[in-house]
Amino acid sequence: MITVSGISKSFKVAKRSSGVRSAVKSLFRREYTEVAALNEISFHIAPGEIVGYIGPNGAGKSTTIKVMSGILVPDRGTCTIMGYTPWLDRVAYVKNIGVVFGQRSQLWWDVPVIDSFELLRDIYGVQENEYKSNLKLLVETLDLKDIIHTPVRQLSLGQRMRCEIAASLLHSPSILFLDEPTIGLDAISKLAVRQFITTINKEKGVTIILTTHDMNDIEALAQRIILIGKGSLLYDGNLNTLRERFAPSNLVTEAGSSINAPSIDDIIVQMYKEYQIT
Amino acid sequence: MKAYVSVFRLRLANGMQYRSAALAGIATQFFWGFIIIMVFQAFYSQALVHPPISLPQLITYVWLQQSFLSFIMLWFRDNELFQLITNGNIAYELCRPSGIYGFWYAKLLAQRLASAMLRCFPILLVAVFLPEAYRLSMPVDLTTAALFAVTLFLGLFILVAISMLIYISTFVTMSAAGSLLMFGVIGEFLAGMVIPIPLMPSWLQSIVNVLPFRLTADFPFRVYSGHISKWEALELIPLQLVWLAALIGIGKYAMGKALRRVVVQGG
Repeated sequence: MITVSGISKSFKVAKRSSGVRSAVKSLFRREYTEVAALNEISFHIAPGEIVGYIGPNGAGKSTTIKVMSGILVPDRGTCTIMGYTPWLDRVAYVKNIGVVFGQRSQLWWDVPVIDSFELLRDIYGVQENEYKSNLKLLVETLDLKDIIHTPVRQLSLGQRMRCEIAASLLHSPSILFLDEPTIGLDAISKLAVRQFITTINKEKGVTIILTTHDMNDIEALAQRIILIGKGSLLYDGNLNTLRERFAPSNLVTEAGSSINAPSIDDIIVQMYKEYQIT
Repeated sequence: MKAYVSVFRLRLANGMQYRSAALAGIATQFFWGFIIIMVFQAFYSQALVHPPISLPQLITYVWLQQSFLSFIMLWFRDNELFQLITNGNIAYELCRPSGIYGFWYAKLLAQRLASAMLRCFPILLVAVFLPEAYRLSMPVDLTTAALFAVTLFLGLFILVAISMLIYISTFVTMSAAGSLLMFGVIGEFLAGMVIPIPLMPSWLQSIVNVLPFRLTADFPFRVYSGHISKWEALELIPLQLVWLAALIGIGKYAMGKALRRVVVQGG
């Protein structure tokens, strides 16, 4: 369903040291450094999978999502998703995907949520009965009944995020990209979002690619994880295998014998250390 | 197409809710209208030569300018779109199965229409009943009124196409201030918003006449007052269409270029 092979992308970043002198200097000569955000990333994802895409801050997770959703054009490499190349067949391709960027908003700030939903319905050309049944399912499972007629600016972050997720699924996409969907949510909202992700994956067979820093999300949702660091792919495989491989040996002696199973966060930290990407 | 209609409707409904902004706008526009008319009255009373446009025609010109301000002002802007470009929320726009040009065009058009709908009727209504010296005259016949409506809306379409270029330039400059100021000051001068075009020296008129800006404001207003005859108006409407097509073509091409090299940073 998704085949990514050899994707590379670098950004040009202007650099200067602090102070007025270097600011003046940079007026005449500006130094750029190439930052390799992605370096020869390749993987394959089958239909119906939930994949956790993890890595430390600045590893290139969001960049990969943006390439896969057709927003960024990579420097090199190919990407085929459902037979499309995202950045070339953008308009035809994006009908099939839903995207949630946890740090951005797609809802109109000043109007009730339902107005944004109806706009999306028309943008995607969703049939009325399909829209109605999707909306009903989303309102029930994400518990939106009371907030759907409220203007977005009056919603809390958790309420808004649930609406954002609903907005990305109104057109029944077969792939869902979630870029930090649980950022800033409280425990109840987090559980609701996780529950929902499992539901749509099981019931509708939606393929889900999820980036997050919350390892509990990964543990609750994903069987498979892909780890990247400094733009390179480091690990691709089963979560349990990872757990066995990277169980920190020194943890027991350090923290006392009361801990026998290391938490997933410990494992990730250990792994980051091993790969020297922190 | 349905998407464009839908965003148009939503933006229109959204824009109509800003009542106090409209009231404040109306007050400002009356103030401006009166001041400008008084200035011209003073000039006209001392005129040594026969002026190229009569005072009642000029007063009509001023009132139309004031009532359709949001149709013709280039500085009238959608900050949401600028923010979208500079803070990266454009990411979402890019995952929609619709062309961004058409989508934004519909949005901007609706915004201007909503604002004009709230403001133009009160101003027009009052201006028609003002004392003789300040009064907005009615168009001479129905054909003139119809021609005015056609040219005004074509002018609006051209103006939105021009303003799209400001938004597209933000992809490169990352700041709206420069293009807004340049387009605003130069564009409005060339559209006859500062000095009505008939009062400009002839060398300037010959420059202004080859540019699209005057087709957005000066042209429909002079059609209304009868300063441009009906036949002349019919000759100039195709020119409006040509400019409209050219500006949309340029905008779409530039936007395609800009989107190829867009960088959405962070998060």
